[in-house]
Amino acid sequence: MSAPVLNYSLLAPILIILGGALLGVLVEAFISKALRATLQLGIALGSVVLSFAWLWKVHNESSISAAVKSVAMDPAGIYIQGIILILAFIAILLIADQDNFTAQASALPGSEEESVAIAEGKQQTEVFPLTLFAIAGMMLFPIATDLITLFVALEVLSLPLYLMAGLSRRRRLLSQEAALKYFLLGAFSSAIFLFGVAFLYGYSGSLNFNEIAASISASGNNSVFLYIGIIFISVGLLFKVGAVPFHSWTPDVYQGAPTPITGFMAACTKVAAFGATLRLFYVALDSVDGTWKPIITAIAMITMVIGSIAAMTQRDIKRALAYSSIAHAGFLLIGVVALSQAGLASSLFYFLAYGLATLGAFAVITIVRDSSGEVTDLNRWVGLGKKSPLIAAIFSIFLLSFGGIPLTAGFVGKFAIFSAAYQTGNMAIVVVAALASAIALFFYLRIVLMIWFAEPTNDSVTVVIPSFLTRTAIFVTVAATLIFGVIPAPLLDSAKNFAVFLR
Amino acid sequence: MSILTTIELLPLVGVLALIFTPKAQSKLIKQLAVAVSLITLAISVVMALRFKSGTTGFQFVESHPWISSFGINYAVGVDGIALVLILLTTILVPIVLVAGWNESEGGRFSVKTFYILILISETMMVGVFAATDVFLFYVIFEAMLIPVYLLIGGYGRGDRAAAALKFLLYSLFGGLLMLAALIGTYIIATNQIGGTFDLTKLATLTIDKPTQNWLFLGFFIAFAIKAPLWPLHTWLPKAAKSATPGTSILLLGVMDKVGTYGMIRFCMTLFPDATKTFTPAIITLSVISVLYGAFLAIGQKDINSLIAFTSISHFGVITLGIFAMTSQGLSGATFYMLNHGFSTAALFMTAGWMVYRRKSSQIEDFGGLQRVTPVLAWSFFIAGLSALALPGLSSFISEFLVLVGTFTRYPVAAILSTFAIILAALYVLIAVQKSLHGEVKPGNESLTDLGLREKIAIAPVIAIIVLLGFYPKPVLDIINPASGVVMQHAGAVDPVAKAGK
Repeated sequence: MSAPVLNYSLLAPILIILGGALLGVLVEAFISKALRATLQLGIALGSVVLSFAWLWKVHNESSISAAVKSVAMDPAGIYIQGIILILAFIAILLIADQDNFTAQASALPGSEEESVAIAEGKQQTEVFPLTLFAIAGMMLFPIATDLITLFVALEVLSLPLYLMAGLSRRRRLLSQEAALKYFLLGAFSSAIFLFGVAFLYGYSGSLNFNEIAASISASGNNSVFLYIGIIFISVGLLFKVGAVPFHSWTPDVYQGAPTPITGFMAACTKVAAFGATLRLFYVALDSVDGTWKPIITAIAMITMVIGSIAAMTQRDIKRALAYSSIAHAGFLLIGVVALSQAGLASSLFYFLAYGLATLGAFAVITIVRDSSGEVTDLNRWVGLGKKSPLIAAIFSIFLLSFGGIPLTAGFVGKFAIFSAAYQTGNMAIVVVAALASAIALFFYLRIVLMIWFAEPTNDSVTVVIPSFLTRTAIFVTVAATLIFGVIPAPLLDSAKNFAVFLR
Repeated sequence: MSILTTIELLPLVGVLALIFTPKAQSKLIKQLAVAVSLITLAISVVMALRFKSGTTGFQFVESHPWISSFGINYAVGVDGIALVLILLTTILVPIVLVAGWNESEGGRFSVKTFYILILISETMMVGVFAATDVFLFYVIFEAMLIPVYLLIGGYGRGDRAAAALKFLLYSLFGGLLMLAALIGTYIIATNQIGGTFDLTKLATLTIDKPTQNWLFLGFFIAFAIKAPLWPLHTWLPKAAKSATPGTSILLLGVMDKVGTYGMIRFCMTLFPDATKTFTPAIITLSVISVLYGAFLAIGQKDINSLIAFTSISHFGVITLGIFAMTSQGLSGATFYMLNHGFSTAALFMTAGWMVYRRKSSQIEDFGGLQRVTPVLAWSFFIAGLSALALPGLSSFISEFLVLVGTFTRYPVAAILSTFAIILAALYVLIAVQKSLHGEVKPGNESLTDLGLREKIAIAPVIAIIVLLGFYPKPVLDIINPASGVVMQHAGAVDPVAKAGK
């Protein structure tokens, strides 16, 4: 048996990230603490940039046999990887602010060990290699074309995230609780996913997307095995994207995790998971769309509506944004059920528009603080516009973009994805989406209102002056949100050109 | 770059200049803003003079690709209807700035922000009337809400935050419906002639009836919220009560006209069949608006709410004129849009000065102003007369045209609406009597009359009201060809009076 032939050039973007992660582990073990943080940051940013540069170099190539037919480096896959890298870069800028992370993850909350570690500045920086591992998994997830690779990628991206969710310096118990919940539910959903994989394999005799598609068209689509397989795999994926009714982990985890990690999860994980979902349904299961379309349509509808309604009742800004991200998952599912090139293209645009605004919004949350850390209680955000008009204005722009107000990127994304759904004649989902948007708008505007038009209470909440990296992240995301809102044409065109899944 | 784009961009240039002016120089900021708005006015007058009133179709057109993958263009152009409304905008903005010289002070945000917001609004108001690409129109239609929201919430009185939110939510809800209809229209265009948002191209589509009805409703509800038509009007009195006079003038005088303008430009042009289907219902709602607004106006104690309810009544008249589907009705409605702009401006301006002096907006707190502040009292009186459409003032001609136009097709609606004229006399004269005549109420003795600045602001408005009342021909000459085109496109023919009538 000969060794498999690998196209290293096409796989290099992922390999670079993995290499950076391994290097990070070594640095964590052997380099003195004075240098460690800077070096880790350099490695993380460096490998993301290098990976992106390589991706740029190969962006016109494509192959479905880069790794023995288990991954497809096709235009859409490359585009999604690019988006993940861009968002990850910004997320790392936020993660670089080590003040959000516990000094020693192993120290018990409230223990002597913990306070000594903080006092002596023994900051561990394992979060950087963990991030890189997660990014590698995220990059593999949307290009995987066989079910085992898909599962491996899912685990590679999830395992670091479980750890990262528990790293918060303040309110550590909440953070650890979040990590445990995320882990348990994630493990559960992985198991369900694997169950579905087994059924699909049993039905088609293959793990490869194309071969599954071939056996579906060859043998008709009335097999119980096929249905069970589809349903269980969908549950696993819908769990990752945070769609109702598999969303209940989202608010707890988003609230408990350190805010930069929340931003990273909300932006990058969602993009990766939707990338994989799109590929599975567009490539492997497109000929049985009569089976899954009604289900996913229904899920998209309830996700949009419940996400928007639940967001309104939240008192914690991170929980509220978690529900808002659930609502956005619903909007993105519209792109999945559209099952058309326009659906894919609009999803690609939406990924970037949503991801940038999400990272920006969470970046702002990291700098609204009082003496004991971040202030996430919405009632204490009242009157922020008076304390810091600039930051309040920027945060409002992110909210308006979430809400889809014209001249922001969020509007163009919404417009594109609604058009795609309309084009396939799916009127019901467009109507529900418009109504859900109205509800969501109410929620976003209420926050804008609180920030600007309510009298500030005599409170110790301040907007701290952000570090250079955080500032960069905030300005880049807000500028991009506005630019892609006013001049979306280049990005839309490129998304259109790249919206191709190879078989 | 066409003259239209220049008019759109000029206020933005002013915004740039304001951004670099130090915050403390509030006088300089005000002068700068007024100067910019005057230059904009001058150029728009030049455009009006160069406008060829005999010809139909859009003039001063310009088009650049904007989002090519959806066939969206930056496309602008004006016909008579749009031209008149753009002029209304550019005339009112400098007047608002001069009249409300001190409005920007004591707000939640700085003086500078106020003028930046007003100038941004001016750009958007001109842009919304100039847009011939439906997507461009929609974007401005929605984006325009944000500066107004900030103006109401930031500089208003009383429960301003709630009023601002209510305004925004109503408008955005309508906007979402319109967005759905807009996408629907676009998809139909994609299937028939290729994806485009060009108004003239979209007008050639053949859309089946049920679809047309839905799309029509999507657009119409958005516009009916904007141009407050009963029962979608409830945001307006609240907003008018809380906003500063200047904001109210721009909101009711210009921006709400986008609603009625949209009905003409989009509902009737794009969906002629659906327009016919819904006309009876809309006529009914209009008549209800006319009477409801007038009745409620009689009972108002707050002077700004009074003006708001009269506006609801007048918007009813405008919608009535539009959907009467006669060329007189439509011309009258368009002319009324202009006249209502000026008469509301005069009302809000004078009422604003009264409120500013008396520190109260309750009508019963005024009284005897005729003796204390004669110029102010006369101005308010003339503004009131214009609101009740006194012959000789411009509103009369437009109201008359609308009623005549309606009568030929819907006599009952026309007769019912005529009652509103009587009611109008009632609510205006009651307010005039209570606030201007009678004994000088305590607290009013030492009120000062209008200063030079205020006289400069009110004079042109009154001049226009009177001038157009006696000699409306120039404006009607501009409007008539355009409304003829709209009627022709909507497939409506003026009914001919039967023999013996």
